[in-house]
Amino acid sequence: MSLKVDIHKKLKGFALDVCFDSGGAPLGILGASGSGKSMTLKCIAGIESPDSGHISVNGRVLYDSARKINVKPQKRNIGYLFQNYALFPNMTVAQNIACALPGSRAGKAPKVDELVRRFALDGLAGRYPAQLSGGQQQRVALARILAYEPEVLLLDEPFSALDAFLKEALQVEMRQLLAQYGGDTVLVTHNRDEVYRLSEDLLVLDGGRALSMAPTEETFEKPRQVQVARLTGCKNFSRAVKLDDTHVEATDWRLRLQVAAPIPENLTHIGIRAHYFVPADDDMAMPNRFPIAVHSLLEDPFEWNVMFHLPGVQHSPQTGIWWKYAKQQHNGALPKMLSVTPQNVLLLEGDG
Amino acid sequence: MDFSAILISLRTASLSIVITFFLGILAARWVVSIRTTVLKTIIDGIFTLPLVLPPTVAGFFLLYIFGVRRPIGQFFLDVLGTKIVFSWGATVIAAVVVSFPLMYRSARGAFEQVDQNLIHAARTIGMSEWRIFWRIVLPLALPGVASGGILAFARGLGEFGATAMIAGNIAGKTRTLPLAVYSAVAAGDMEAAYEYVGILVGISFLVVVGMNWFTARERRYKAGGRAK
Repeated sequence: MSLKVDIHKKLKGFALDVCFDSGGAPLGILGASGSGKSMTLKCIAGIESPDSGHISVNGRVLYDSARKINVKPQKRNIGYLFQNYALFPNMTVAQNIACALPGSRAGKAPKVDELVRRFALDGLAGRYPAQLSGGQQQRVALARILAYEPEVLLLDEPFSALDAFLKEALQVEMRQLLAQYGGDTVLVTHNRDEVYRLSEDLLVLDGGRALSMAPTEETFEKPRQVQVARLTGCKNFSRAVKLDDTHVEATDWRLRLQVAAPIPENLTHIGIRAHYFVPADDDMAMPNRFPIAVHSLLEDPFEWNVMFHLPGVQHSPQTGIWWKYAKQQHNGALPKMLSVTPQNVLLLEGDG
Repeated sequence: MDFSAILISLRTASLSIVITFFLGILAARWVVSIRTTVLKTIIDGIFTLPLVLPPTVAGFFLLYIFGVRRPIGQFFLDVLGTKIVFSWGATVIAAVVVSFPLMYRSARGAFEQVDQNLIHAARTIGMSEWRIFWRIVLPLALPGVASGGILAFARGLGEFGATAMIAGNIAGKTRTLPLAVYSAVAAGDMEAAYEYVGILVGISFLVVVGMNWFTARERRYKAGGRAK
């Protein structure tokens, strides 16, 4: 199983320039809106054409600008799950699924029945898409795509049209589906939870450029660039300079921090995730222990968001630091000291 | 009252709407698929021109094209042995040309309203362009296409200027209802004029009612509709 993509396309405001090679494990593409992630999928499916480059699936060339190959979407055998599912509103569930099957009407019926059962759509075969819930619509769309037996499955923001309470249940279903499905899958999203839950490898896109390509877990644990850290959910960044092998100075925060070696030569910033601070009023032995001046508080249903800065530092968006903690974990007065373990200080490069 | 005018009018309007309906849909489908903006604008302008030109000017152009001393008119006369100008066929040609833009524009608007993602999705599950058009685009665009057809039918039925130019006003041959109204009034026969006008108003009213029925009809697959 392999999907090779190396494409270039000029778009409004930026140039898309993506190159990756998926080795069969579910691949996630994470990027903000307008980073070119949906356009990448559309180029793979043949809905849009790149300006130049190469796309191949399991050795079969789908697009090659040098050899003037551009296979029609009908012949690519690539399934595309649209954000709004793109079910044909004038057809019933059964008719929608039958559209993706070859052969005569009578020949399709048993296969349609099988897919209806497999996707838990029993009793809904005669309904029109507008009469289904968002989750049911997604299952019909997936049934229609898998009826076509594609070699690659492209998922374009598959959960963004769903209510929050439905999302998680459907993500569990999607995980099972991806595990059973034999082909390559590519999931595009701006949501870090989705990409963490559903992909094994992760490509991070920013402004049409690939910032990093690595196993998903590694990308979240040790992002190397500021933009990657931000897309994976890190909220606190400071410019930083290396002091010695295990220490840096966070210049925006005026804070000296012990970090885990090795410190990269081109270090420009450090980042600390809002969850990684721990109260340290009593434990004098903790490394990176510092006093805080609380600036503002935001209450969530189950969490507190605390914005603080170092005492004596003028408060500004650069010097403000977020700390998030579960109410259950710590529910008394706010501590006067916080600390962060050296391993949890992200060592980053990039202009932020 | 001369019943031939009613018969001629209905025959002309019926044949011309069949031609206009399919020509308009094909033209709309073609223009929607044109990718270069300049070409699209020019073709759209040409297709819409008969709508904004005075019908006598449209008729003038038709005379210019189909006149017996013109290549096309001569071809029809020499090869097929028929004279287009001042024949019943000319009333059909005039009605088609003048009603075509209404059909074309309605169909084009309706096609462009169809969610592009549906078409993309259909392509990725292997449906041919022709099947996508007949199974998805046309059914979804049907209310707009149908109301365009009804408008075009009404326009063809009421056609006067271009018909007078290319088909003339020959009683029993090319005299349609609008021309019959004109002739009756010109001859001072107000009795006959009232009857012709009454019939035209009646048919036109039915057309408007029919159009409202088509556009307002709740499609069965819209939200709230019941499953079969």
